[in-house]
Amino acid sequence: MIEKRKVFLGVTIISGILVIGFILLPLINMFTSPSWENLKMAIKDTEVLKSIWLSIYTAGIASIISFLVGTPFAYLLARRNFFGKNFIESVVDIPMVIPHPVVGIAILSVVGRNYWFGQILSKIGIRIMGSVPGIIVVLTFVGIPFYINTVKDGFESISSRLENVSRSLGASIFSTFFRITFPLAWRSILVGIIMCSARAISEFGAVVVIAYHPMTAPVMIYERFEAYGLAYSQPVAVWLTLVCLILFLFLRILSAPREKEG
Amino acid sequence: MIRIEDLCVDLPGFCLKDINLSIERGEFFVLLGPTGAGKTLLLETIAGLIPTKRGKIYIKGVDVTNLPPERRSIGIVYQDYALFPHLTVLENVKYGLHFYKIDKAKERLNQLLDRLRLRPLIKRLPVNLSGGEKQRVALARALIVNPSVLLLDEPLSALDPNFKEDVGRELKKLHQEMNVTFLMVTHDFTDVLSLATRCAVINQGKIEQVGEVVEIFQRPRSSFVANFVGARNIFCGRLINEDTHIWIDTGKIKVEVADAQIKNKEKIYFIIRPEDIIVSKKPLHSSARNCYLCKIIKIINRGAVIYLTADIGERITALITKASFEEMNIKKGDSVYFTFKASAVHSMGSGLNI
Repeated sequence: MIEKRKVFLGVTIISGILVIGFILLPLINMFTSPSWENLKMAIKDTEVLKSIWLSIYTAGIASIISFLVGTPFAYLLARRNFFGKNFIESVVDIPMVIPHPVVGIAILSVVGRNYWFGQILSKIGIRIMGSVPGIIVVLTFVGIPFYINTVKDGFESISSRLENVSRSLGASIFSTFFRITFPLAWRSILVGIIMCSARAISEFGAVVVIAYHPMTAPVMIYERFEAYGLAYSQPVAVWLTLVCLILFLFLRILSAPREKEG
Repeated sequence: MIRIEDLCVDLPGFCLKDINLSIERGEFFVLLGPTGAGKTLLLETIAGLIPTKRGKIYIKGVDVTNLPPERRSIGIVYQDYALFPHLTVLENVKYGLHFYKIDKAKERLNQLLDRLRLRPLIKRLPVNLSGGEKQRVALARALIVNPSVLLLDEPLSALDPNFKEDVGRELKKLHQEMNVTFLMVTHDFTDVLSLATRCAVINQGKIEQVGEVVEIFQRPRSSFVANFVGARNIFCGRLINEDTHIWIDTGKIKVEVADAQIKNKEKIYFIIRPEDIIVSKKPLHSSARNCYLCKIIKIINRGAVIYLTADIGERITALITKASFEEMNIKKGDSVYFTFKASAVHSMGSGLNI
């Protein structure tokens, strides 16, 4: 009996080592391959800096849009049951399951000059193709499902009885949301922002269809890899990964539960 | 105070059908029913948290059927207390004052903090409170806005039996002091006996019977009510305090009790649980104060346990195991001794107004 238990435990531990190794080995290798000189050179390159900054702020704006539109919608999905809710939830998940270049092509078909929506945008002077707004649209498209699903779970974990009690004590539905629900859900909201921006910052397939230029960091890494090979693209990849890790670590620390709050 | 007319609620999996109910001002009214009967649903409908399909709800003569919860002047205390976990005890209690203009709010806050012994806890978060403390915070939070009605959702169910009686007494006292109508939901008939003046029995979304507690107990109008409130060994008597002994006299028997916590000569209901009665063929030499020689008039075999009913002046039922039953070889008509301790007699307070 004990032997079987040991075998079982052994299998679980070995699986864990395999997965961790699988994730860390390429990353460690990537981090250690470029020389310090190459890394220094890459970070002094204004094109590299520009592309990393573009990736960060477009992903940030996509997260803010997701926060503004996604929070009320996630609340609706968490609190109400209505006809067709499963369908609506499936629609929200679509950007997660379709191939990324397809996302780009789908967006392009709507914002292109051959479609009425694209014509309206063109008339009011908004350019989507090869522009920063275009990148933001794509990143919001791929990131918002992660935000909505995370925040919806967060709202669901808050007992609706707390809101009931708040209402019975005289608070309107708005006061209740801002005084009770939101303060209890902010951690899920932060995690949702992390998930959304992580997904957005790493997007390549859809961005490359809509906006090859201005170049986001993933597009630049790909371009340098194609044009000059592995050694030239690695330093940029290291800096992008480092910036992402620092940003996400910071947000993670912010959203970690405090001991006082149990 | 609260009048409900032909109320119907239709939710997937839950419904309320033609509810008619009238609760007087200052009353302690109990809604009694099994799990899933629709008790909490009715409570939340009165609070305005569930939309109605048909019917009217009046509070203090005003039709509130279409008013949102925040304009109904109703306090609600849930079974799990639903304290706001991110707010301290004081912030929880004061919450309603952001929205209600209350005369002498500070005075009322101080009064409630003292009355419910919350002062030492005011800086704590709910996660650091015991069950009893959480309940007191929830009560203070609901009462601070001086609601017309306080809705209590199974306030005693989550408590262990010893603590339950204390909390029940506390609730009753609070009700008398605060002059607020209490509407409580429970599935336990003994809660009704100790607390309520009137009650309604609800089953499958319909009210089966409404009336005085005694009336419901003595004259159940349906087999459901009869079965549901069919608690065994409930007697009514008058308390007699004699030197060191306290008795309850039902007129037919005199039972010694350990501690009744009520005044002399007051009429009360009391319960002797069947499992607390020792059955023997010979008199027991024990510290138990109540011992009766009686004839078995009914035997109900429930497999592992057997219910024996005897006449000791009142009909009383004892519970014994199958093994003891076979060992004593008891038959209908046999004479046996029923013995129980004074501490096995549970008085239900004087809430019945009989």
